[in-house]
Amino acid sequence: MTSPFWVILKRDLLLAIRRRSEIFTVLFFFVVVISLFPLGVGTEEEVLKKIAPGVVWIAALLASTLALDRLFSADYEDGTLEKIVLAPSSLSVAVFAKILAHWLLTGLPLVLISPLVGLFYHLPLNSIFVMMFVLLIGTPVLSMLGAIAAALTLGLRGGGVLVSLLVLPLYIPVLVYGAGAISTSMIVGVSIEPYVLLLLAFSLLSIVFAPWVTAAALKISLE
Amino acid sequence: MSLEVTNLQCIRGDSELFSGLSFALKSQQLMRIEGQNGTGKTTLLRALCGLYQADQGTVVWNDVPIKKQDEEYLKELFFLGHNNAIKADLNALENLRINTALAGNKYSDDVLLQALDDIGLFGSEYKPTAHLSQGQKRRVALAALLLSKAKLWILDEPFVALDGFAVKLLQDVIAKHVENDGMVILTTHQEVPLTNGEIVRINLDQKIKKTINNNYD
Repeated sequence: MTSPFWVILKRDLLLAIRRRSEIFTVLFFFVVVISLFPLGVGTEEEVLKKIAPGVVWIAALLASTLALDRLFSADYEDGTLEKIVLAPSSLSVAVFAKILAHWLLTGLPLVLISPLVGLFYHLPLNSIFVMMFVLLIGTPVLSMLGAIAAALTLGLRGGGVLVSLLVLPLYIPVLVYGAGAISTSMIVGVSIEPYVLLLLAFSLLSIVFAPWVTAAALKISLE
Repeated sequence: MSLEVTNLQCIRGDSELFSGLSFALKSQQLMRIEGQNGTGKTTLLRALCGLYQADQGTVVWNDVPIKKQDEEYLKELFFLGHNNAIKADLNALENLRINTALAGNKYSDDVLLQALDDIGLFGSEYKPTAHLSQGQKRRVALAALLLSKAKLWILDEPFVALDGFAVKLLQDVIAKHVENDGMVILTTHQEVPLTNGEIVRINLDQKIKKTINNNYD
């Protein structure tokens, strides 16, 4: 497995294992934001059920922007990003590997820990499954769009805040349809299929275009 | 194999670093770029790699502009910048393995360890590079040079932080590469005998003086 894709994917996962704190920061942030809401709005079952879909998605959006800052900046600072750009292979593929590693480290853990939210918010079992599934197909969009913003703001002072400002408005469709799917799953007799299909469409579209756009943005930022 | 630069101009901010820079480099030649700090040596090297888009002029590799060929040119290129391009959390062996794999070469661990040994890192192969000294970090980056199959080496201040032994070793490696039909472009402030082959010198000092004069005119 020496293709740049595997080299970079393995490298980023190895780096994350050596430096676990960055993954756990994102995960704990997610859990903390989610557990703050019941403290603020009270523990009434009906209220919590109603706000759960929005809360879980907003927490996921904020947690994922938190992690974006380090996506390229660490490689930028030590010069390895130049090595990756100058590797004799497609930069888009290399970027895709980096985003995939980023999602595995920050998106996937959110999906896996999300049943906890179900417990906090009295969600029925089928809604918990729906929540996990829409997070699974929705969070890649967050990583993909986020990568574009991270690449564009690379090397700028205060880039971290700028990334959030750039990227949060772009997350709105995912928020609307992702939260919509979970809410709808609690209504008997209504299909969640349209929500899921639209989220899948966003996901596929971003997977196809984002690595390519990010690669172009990286080249500009490196100048 | 040839690298041709025609009428290159680079501008950083408001000031022109250099303009009208033209030269050609062939196999078995070494080019040494000289100039004071801030004359644009690094920018020139980055422009030659395609990391920096020159404001004017072309860089042509084997009769094709590098903008029009990506992978063909990059396959023949080894670039070492100011940064060592190594990960502080990984050890020397892992860094070397990743750097050679990114360049498209797969080597067994024996070969990688031998290269680290050759560059004088015996005993430090498995230490995280964060714990190594500046010179040792530079050596980790330079170990990839020993295993590179690229024809054109572009090295930005390769001798920085190296001790006498490593400087001598690197001189030999560079000289050998030039003799074996390679091409090397480097910047250095150290006066070191580099190779028996042909050395081309370019001095960027005049270029900036000219601009300063223009500004005052």
